[in-house]
Amino acid sequence: MVTGLIGRKIGMTQLFQQDGTVTPGTLIKTGPCVVVQKKTAQTDGYEAVQLGLVEERPARVKKPLAGHFKKANVPPTRVRREVAVAKGAESPNAGDQVLVSAVFNNGDRVDVIGVSRGKGFQGVVRRHNFRGGAATHGSMFHRAPGSIGASSFPSRVVKGMRAAGRMGGDRVTTRNLKIVSVDAENNLLIVRGAVPGAPGGYVVVRKALTAKPEPQVQVEKASKMVAKSSKSGGAKKGKK
Amino acid sequence: MTAVETVEQAQLVARPDIRPGDTVRVHVKVREGDKERIQIYEGMVIGMHRGGARATFTVRKVSFGQGVERIFPLHSPVIDKIDVVRTARVRRAKLYFLRALKGKAARMKEQKRQPAS
Repeated sequence: MVTGLIGRKIGMTQLFQQDGTVTPGTLIKTGPCVVVQKKTAQTDGYEAVQLGLVEERPARVKKPLAGHFKKANVPPTRVRREVAVAKGAESPNAGDQVLVSAVFNNGDRVDVIGVSRGKGFQGVVRRHNFRGGAATHGSMFHRAPGSIGASSFPSRVVKGMRAAGRMGGDRVTTRNLKIVSVDAENNLLIVRGAVPGAPGGYVVVRKALTAKPEPQVQVEKASKMVAKSSKSGGAKKGKK
Repeated sequence: MTAVETVEQAQLVARPDIRPGDTVRVHVKVREGDKERIQIYEGMVIGMHRGGARATFTVRKVSFGQGVERIFPLHSPVIDKIDVVRTARVRRAKLYFLRALKGKAARMKEQKRQPAS
């Protein structure tokens, strides 16, 4: 089976747990996707599929691209992305439809890849987390980058020097987000936490490459808590 | 209905129509060890923040001469129920001016609430 899907970020909301804790969640309309092209080890040297995100309005495409979609016998899509196929699993054929419920389950860890919001021209403090100088006490160094290298040698600025400039609008991957719920009926995915990009932006949701193990409650700590609570309960009874 | 609303719809709990100026009794579920009991928090609603399942309201009371404010999520499962005790006549949405007042000055004129139409 494929290991990811294309989706569209819808927005964020809060989800209540039974004990009243609130969890932040992002809604992603994931799929339905169609397999536009199948890549195999024989022809391409690796196993993957090219997916297209089916939207309400089919895309208007030029003839060369229309032929690419016609080969798979699928309606033209605006967004196409390549995702890997799970090792050992049967790869779907071109023209197949892929739905959220088939790929993800509740509690799975996923990586979400999107394009971050553009932040315009930003200085080094915001863009690269430079520390900046003191605001007062006679300081004349506030948010400037400081020295960018030596003088006569090398007589140039070394490549890759961090400086002010355009920030945001980059491809960003947020890793190991937990799936809170999968709504197969509405093709909705709720993921815990934030996802790169603005609402309406296209994202790729894939199975986490480096899934973290679930945090385990330490047994010793838990037993202490129980002992404490039972003690306080006993004291109350005594008062009564 | 947008997808966000669909998700929030499932979390909404039926709550009485509360407004700023209302004196309310909030029945809060408190968990102690493995036992659960109800604690009542009574005070005046001094502000509300709307927004589907994310709505909150602020309740202010004076406890042993000390002003206390608590912000509750309106649809939190921790709230067992909310009783409206009385309704005061207020002319603004946020009653933050009450924080500066105490004793007699913080009294509010009662107003009979029209039944919700």
